[in-house]
Amino acid sequence: MYLSLLHYLVLSGIVFFISIIGIIISRKNLISLLMCVELLLLSVNTAFVAISHALGDISGQIFVLFILSVAAAETAIGLAIFVLIYRKRSTIDLSNLDFLKG
Amino acid sequence: MIELLVFYFFALVMVLSSAFVIFSERPVKSALFLVLAFVSASALWLLQYAEFLALLLIFVYVGAVMTLFLFVVMMLNVDRLPSGLTWKQRLSFVFGGGLTVALLAGVYSLSHPKASLALQKSSPVVTDSVSNSLQLGQLIYTDYLVAFELVAFVLLVAMVAAIVLVFRGAKEGTRTQRVREQVSATKAGRLKVVKV
Repeated sequence: MYLSLLHYLVLSGIVFFISIIGIIISRKNLISLLMCVELLLLSVNTAFVAISHALGDISGQIFVLFILSVAAAETAIGLAIFVLIYRKRSTIDLSNLDFLKG
Repeated sequence: MIELLVFYFFALVMVLSSAFVIFSERPVKSALFLVLAFVSASALWLLQYAEFLALLLIFVYVGAVMTLFLFVVMMLNVDRLPSGLTWKQRLSFVFGGGLTVALLAGVYSLSHPKASLALQKSSPVVTDSVSNSLQLGQLIYTDYLVAFELVAFVLLVAMVAAIVLVFRGAKEGTRTQRVREQVSATKAGRLKVVKV
């Protein structure tokens, strides 16, 4: 039995759904939500790298590079927004974020 | 055979640490487990000969982004997560478990030899003895040049936006750099020749 694409796809699927479950159950604070999104992108990137290697096409790795950069930008802005919300409300509890409720 | 063992080890570490990211009660702990998940993913990428991306993941993610995470987690007073589960959360486990089983079944059916995406076993041959970073660089600066420049611009905008969002201006009474005065300074205004 050799290391195949199947191993990587199964691993990526398991991590993907662990992070989906995390997004659903993390009702308490926004930071763990953002961490779950990072985990989601990591699992997708792992699938990209494995498929790129299996097909012998390096373009998949370039997409991983782009996903990584956009995820870094998203994290920076997300954390800045959390700091703003914390200053306004002195909590980042998700259930307290109801500014838009009339 | 040895690479299969390495794969199973790091895959186990990755799955366990991503489970701990979700279930640990303190956000600092879950950030550190996220670092562990990133490091094991990087080892898994190395197994697939993506050495540039593997190192990039450690340098950029573990070095910069996760440090930012830890900084914000420690700066904000984040509550501990509640340990009890509501029925909605239990339902989400059933939902997520079902989706995982469905996805794994789909992947397994693709591994059937008659399927169109025949799963090749990974060949240990690196193409043309050209290094991975050279291959990536050659593609980035030819086919993906515009996308690459756009991503650089996205990062710049993100940096400026994060600073503008959080920076509240200099406080009164603190010493800051006054750029206009520095630039407009001349030799005549700053220097005085003294006869000794």
